[in-house]
Amino acid sequence: MELDLTEEQRMLGDAVKSLLDKRYEPNTRLALLESDDTVNREMWKQYAELGLLGLTFDEQYGGAGMGVGELAVVMEAFGRALVLEPFVATVVLGGALVAAAGSPEQKAAILPGVADGSTLLAFAYSEVNSRWSLTDLETAATADGDSWRIDGEKIAVLGGDSADQVIVSARTPDGDVGLFLVDGASITRNPYRLQDGLGAADLLFAGTPATALGAPAEALAHVESVLDVATAVLCAEAVGAMDRMLWITVDYLKTRVQFGQPISVFQALQFRAADMFVWLEQARSMSIVARLALANDDVAERRRAIQAAKIQVDTSSRRVGQEAIQLHGGIGMTMEYPVGHYVKRTAVIAKTFADTDTLVELVGAGGGLITE
Amino acid sequence: MDIALSKEERAFAEKMRTFFTTEIPAEIRERLARGEHATREDILTSQQIMNSHGIAVPHWPTQWGGQDWTPIQRHLWAEEMLLNFVPPPLAFNAQMVGPVIAEFGSEAIKERFLPPTANLDIWWCQGFSEPNAGSDLASLKTTAVREGDEYIVNGQKTWTTLAQWANWIFCLVRTDPEAKKQRGISFLLIDMSSPGVTVRPIQLIDGSHEVNEVFFDNVRVPADQLVGEENAGWDYAKFLLGNERTGVVAVGQTKARILRIKRLAAQTMSGGRPLLEDPLFRARLTRLEVEVTAIEMSVLRVLDSEGRNGPGKPDPVSSVLKLKGSELQQEATELLVDVLGVAGLAYRETDSIAGGFTAVPEGAVDAMPTYFNWRKASIYSGSNEVQRTIIAKAILKF
Repeated sequence: MELDLTEEQRMLGDAVKSLLDKRYEPNTRLALLESDDTVNREMWKQYAELGLLGLTFDEQYGGAGMGVGELAVVMEAFGRALVLEPFVATVVLGGALVAAAGSPEQKAAILPGVADGSTLLAFAYSEVNSRWSLTDLETAATADGDSWRIDGEKIAVLGGDSADQVIVSARTPDGDVGLFLVDGASITRNPYRLQDGLGAADLLFAGTPATALGAPAEALAHVESVLDVATAVLCAEAVGAMDRMLWITVDYLKTRVQFGQPISVFQALQFRAADMFVWLEQARSMSIVARLALANDDVAERRRAIQAAKIQVDTSSRRVGQEAIQLHGGIGMTMEYPVGHYVKRTAVIAKTFADTDTLVELVGAGGGLITE
Repeated sequence: MDIALSKEERAFAEKMRTFFTTEIPAEIRERLARGEHATREDILTSQQIMNSHGIAVPHWPTQWGGQDWTPIQRHLWAEEMLLNFVPPPLAFNAQMVGPVIAEFGSEAIKERFLPPTANLDIWWCQGFSEPNAGSDLASLKTTAVREGDEYIVNGQKTWTTLAQWANWIFCLVRTDPEAKKQRGISFLLIDMSSPGVTVRPIQLIDGSHEVNEVFFDNVRVPADQLVGEENAGWDYAKFLLGNERTGVVAVGQTKARILRIKRLAAQTMSGGRPLLEDPLFRARLTRLEVEVTAIEMSVLRVLDSEGRNGPGKPDPVSSVLKLKGSELQQEATELLVDVLGVAGLAYRETDSIAGGFTAVPEGAVDAMPTYFNWRKASIYSGSNEVQRTIIAKAILKF
């Protein structure tokens, strides 16, 4: 059994942490949050130099050829620092979809640019009426000679405000859910920041020219696999964020003085802090379950384990986040103090890809986790 | 949690499963799977079969019948036992007094007590708690006064599990009333048939007779039944309580309960469909399965770190295991009550019923009593409030 990180993973995590400690302290982050640009190009260049932007891509496409275990390590560090740049959009979703579904030519054309930081990607799949489904789509793809045209609207597209190229899911005349590459310049965008400060956009497609990313009939399976990985590493990010919430809260309890003594002497507060620790440990364990599950060849089992991990992580982060604010009192409500920002990020994660009720239904309908 | 195990570890689990399902009589396992309590005879049979194969006390020193297993292997041994409804070796013998004697006892006391303890020829019970020494165990008042080659013991123990089946009791007794409270305590072994020992049953809310009060009235105990040093008993007790960091979770037992709940919920009709397909019931079950999977991984994390770094100091994760593990055990008992519904309301001793009536469904006898009984899990072994205090102390450093 090997549950601990490898030496290589530990070094990678330390390198990312040391970069973020230097360059991403809370005040710098607040400044980024207030700027009009959702992508700090200087940070993005640093990520590229560390090899993070091509972490899991093959070396022939400019990547580092590492596994999803390493990706999880990076994401946990990003969760601790609350990184704002579109790493999930460009690398975990966009780049991974190109790597999984694209033809060799498409990979060669796109991935090196992602890895060196010059290309930003986004994956547009959510729609006004799709809720958590990948297949309840109104966006349509129609063939136009060798290429395609896309009509429809996507919402809350992570990184959709800044992406140079967007990968869109759309229904083909054959009934497949295909993936299509669209040039960012040909899309009408409504850009905004999400509640957690990350850049996103609603996107309009009206006869927009597109090329198919791989064969449309095979696309859905690739999307599902990429979302398995993305879900697992979001769990790691949320654990990083929760860990910070706990320790920031603990420090506050030890230093905040009321009634002439640090408030950590009050048992009502001690027990709530202890419960935060319990929720965090449950989430940490399930994040490991998700990471290990990625190596499982049984797709249904793998997916159930990852979905289960997100159920635990989202349940834990809701409790940890709410207690973190409560134990701080008023200061926890302010923008200038970090803890609320972690609460916001984890609240967005809990509504990314699927919500808890949906996951519970999926895992339960699949027969659950504990079986003969 | 197969994904976390190596090929060798999986093979070991398989070997244990085969052992338990072939060597332990099916008749016992089947009765326990239906929710019946293990009898004294069941526990004896099971432990003696295991001991004859050298696996009743794997965590003891090899010289005294232990196995040179990794922490994970010991965990898999316990898991497979629980998953297959095998009565585990008596905890008072195998987990508690045995390791204390092996670690702190003289050679003479080891030779006298360890072999019969491993083979359950001596049935031990635990004399720790007193009416006024619960969570604050060190305030215990039972005294042992040295008189020549004997101690004279006076006082009262309580919550003594299965004392009615025991022939020996290991006790914490006060040997120095002047010392600071933790410092004046000794660890004494007492024959229950000694004159002056009285056992009084306590009936619990589930109707069971599981615990007792034990009274000591001028009981004369040979001084060579003192374990280790006089007045060092508190250290031995801490060793005993810290010894089983992961076992108290009994994930295997909770998993076995969940499997039974799923089997019975699939057979129970509710609103024209099996209860297992009811979305609300299934959602609660699924959330429990997720939490149990998480605690199972937490157990493996502790064992993995022990395997690599040796036994660590007690850390707050052990308290997480006790706290969360007991809550999940309790939740599982509640779900079984929900499965039985109105069929679980009748208080019955057995599932036999007069001719002409519909057979009593499985679980009807034990569901509610088990729910009531398992409220104990968040109280014993350090109440969950004590565990929260330990966690808070560790993270807040006070």
